[in-house]
Amino acid sequence: MQPLFKYILMNEKVFIAGIGIVSAIGFTVEETLQSLRAGRHGVGSITHLETTLKEQIPAAQIKKTNNELKHMLGLENNEPITRTSLFGMLAAREALTNSGIDIGKYRCGIVSATSVGGMDLSEHFYDDFNADRAQGDLLYVKGHDCAESTERIANFLGIKDFMATISTACSSSANSIMFGSRLIKNNVVDMVLAGGTDSLTRFTMNGFNTLMILDKEHCKPFDAKRVGLNMGEGSGFVLLVSEKIVSEIHKNPLAEVKGYGNANDAYHQTASSPDGQGAYLAMTTALAMSGLHPEDIDYINVHGTGTSNNDLSEGIAMQRIFGDKVPLFSSTKPFTGHTLGAAGGIEAVLSVLAIQHNLVYPNLNFSEQIPELNISPVTHLIENVNVRNVLSNSFGFGGNNSTLILSDC
Amino acid sequence: MKAYINSLCAISPANTFAGDFSLVAENYPNDYLTCVEPDYKEIINPNLIRRMGRVIKMGVAASLKCLKDIELANPDAIITGTSLGCIEDTEKFLNQIVINKEQFLAPTSFIQSTHNTIAGQIALLLKCNSYNYAYVHRSFSFENALLDTLMMLTEQPNHKILLGGVDEITQVSYTIMQRLGIYKSVKDASTELFRHKTEGSIAGEGSTFFVMSNTADKAFACVQGVKTFYKPTDDIEAQNNILSFLSEHGLSAQEVDAVIMGYSGDSRYDSVYDSITEAVFPHNNILYYKHLSGDYFTSSAFAMWAGAQLIKTQTLPEAMHYRFVSAKALKNILIYNQYKNSEHSLILLSAC
Repeated sequence: MQPLFKYILMNEKVFIAGIGIVSAIGFTVEETLQSLRAGRHGVGSITHLETTLKEQIPAAQIKKTNNELKHMLGLENNEPITRTSLFGMLAAREALTNSGIDIGKYRCGIVSATSVGGMDLSEHFYDDFNADRAQGDLLYVKGHDCAESTERIANFLGIKDFMATISTACSSSANSIMFGSRLIKNNVVDMVLAGGTDSLTRFTMNGFNTLMILDKEHCKPFDAKRVGLNMGEGSGFVLLVSEKIVSEIHKNPLAEVKGYGNANDAYHQTASSPDGQGAYLAMTTALAMSGLHPEDIDYINVHGTGTSNNDLSEGIAMQRIFGDKVPLFSSTKPFTGHTLGAAGGIEAVLSVLAIQHNLVYPNLNFSEQIPELNISPVTHLIENVNVRNVLSNSFGFGGNNSTLILSDC
Repeated sequence: MKAYINSLCAISPANTFAGDFSLVAENYPNDYLTCVEPDYKEIINPNLIRRMGRVIKMGVAASLKCLKDIELANPDAIITGTSLGCIEDTEKFLNQIVINKEQFLAPTSFIQSTHNTIAGQIALLLKCNSYNYAYVHRSFSFENALLDTLMMLTEQPNHKILLGGVDEITQVSYTIMQRLGIYKSVKDASTELFRHKTEGSIAGEGSTFFVMSNTADKAFACVQGVKTFYKPTDDIEAQNNILSFLSEHGLSAQEVDAVIMGYSGDSRYDSVYDSITEAVFPHNNILYYKHLSGDYFTSSAFAMWAGAQLIKTQTLPEAMHYRFVSAKALKNILIYNQYKNSEHSLILLSAC
């Protein structure tokens, strides 16, 4: 194994003290867990987005209007708020509440991530603006940029001490958890709300459609006959805290952030390399930092989009590292859809739940092994299995590959 | 946490690519400043240029120049800040969706629309497998990238890091931001910007890259630290943030030889700088730069480029004088920028 570099192990450890999630399979951690246990996925026909694609292509949508989401947040006003922000506020609030920590006592920051930002509202603006540059309701475009959702969440929860937004396509929120952890290790802040949020838009639906990587049926990652991904939307946040905070709150944290790695595949703007070099380097760098051996990993929550290219490349990288002892693995994207910039945050939350409840999730719709690989994902829910260390992958356009290793504590 | 600037390159409206420090805003065909761009054919493989959006070309060209100047083939990390990313490609794809009613779309502009396209394209060209990030938080974008760089050089002392701030302006983004009241129309920025006390700043763009490391040898300057703060409740809180940042680095306000401030010509927010000047820096040289670079979310990268040049050349060019007090040896330079009194940032540079 050759990691990119070995992180100098600074003494400070980083823990996860709270989690929050909203996706097509639930508005809370509890609902999400119930859906996962029941095998209830969120992929279906598109009902909450006006697009010509809705007749042909399914997605994992959150079945509430923006007004209903605002109501859930107690925001009773007419101001247009992007769906991206609304999801983020829901998940981030849950992560804070879940931790039970009074953030006012500590230096608290937020690192969020998104790929499309406020595009869901910008599209409305653009319909009018495109016909006449003096037209288009400005309230629908002022939240277009990626920082909008982050500042909304921060203002909503009273977080002020540090703020950043990351956008590296589909690895974005894995990268926000990585950066957040490093902020704590470097003593910039004591705790960081880290994750990401993204909503379904015509922009991304059509974008992936032009690349011909959307499955018209329910996606089947790591299957020999996989044809593409299902889009999703949602948000996932974790509350990262320092060791000092853990010692003060007298409550066991949910997990430890034991390792992370980011590497670039440097092969193609959108396609993954045949040998999975970026994925290999991200995983080996995270493993080297964690101090764990490959055999210590109990479960891999793979990126597993269901595209022909990703799953093969990721599978090859896993085989290069784990040889004939590849751990139990599954893609949870058939449950949640591919939530782009939110995927790393959502899957980090699912990884924490796997550790907390000793669960390994099924990779829905799998039936036939990819001929070029000698590994197959888990197809049924496994309970009462000892899950101590989970490796979670998130890969994005621009060759951006990230791995997190979360462990019990 | 500190780091040295070993190489730098700015593509800006002030014709800075070749590295000369004459500082003239010379290109304003419209109501905003656009970059004086180099001949990309000399820098990037012509087969690749065709497919790159303008902001990608600006990012790649400044990066390659920066690396070439110190003969660094492959950096250990590529860390970028870009608030709005590849807006031209985003607009192109959005246009296709609206005009063609979601039919017959071409993927090229979509795949280049992600905010990490610039960092990713640099990695692709260099075949660089290293750490690769894009920070996208308004006027914290470059500051977050810089903080990441400083942390990484603590974690990995031998790294050489490519750090950059890039944003482009297009007619459409200008029109929208002008309607939002962020920008105004200014025909001659260098002379007119501050004459009229009106709302709105002058729009600009730029691509500024640095190679950063722990090596002091032949460095332009040292970055002592960076700090961001958000929505101070009043001027006192902003002042205290600045003073505590200086004291963390063992400095009093008097020891700052020049302060580069982000005066943008917007009467609503320039008063914040006036208040800080009066309360914290009553006797210091105050410099400004946005009449040269234009105002954009990663303009502090241009300010850091200028600050490093000031220290290296030990000059205070007249073009940057907002309030000139005295010529003196330039040891410590503070950059203070804020956007709408919301995102505030500080970067402290010192002589090596």
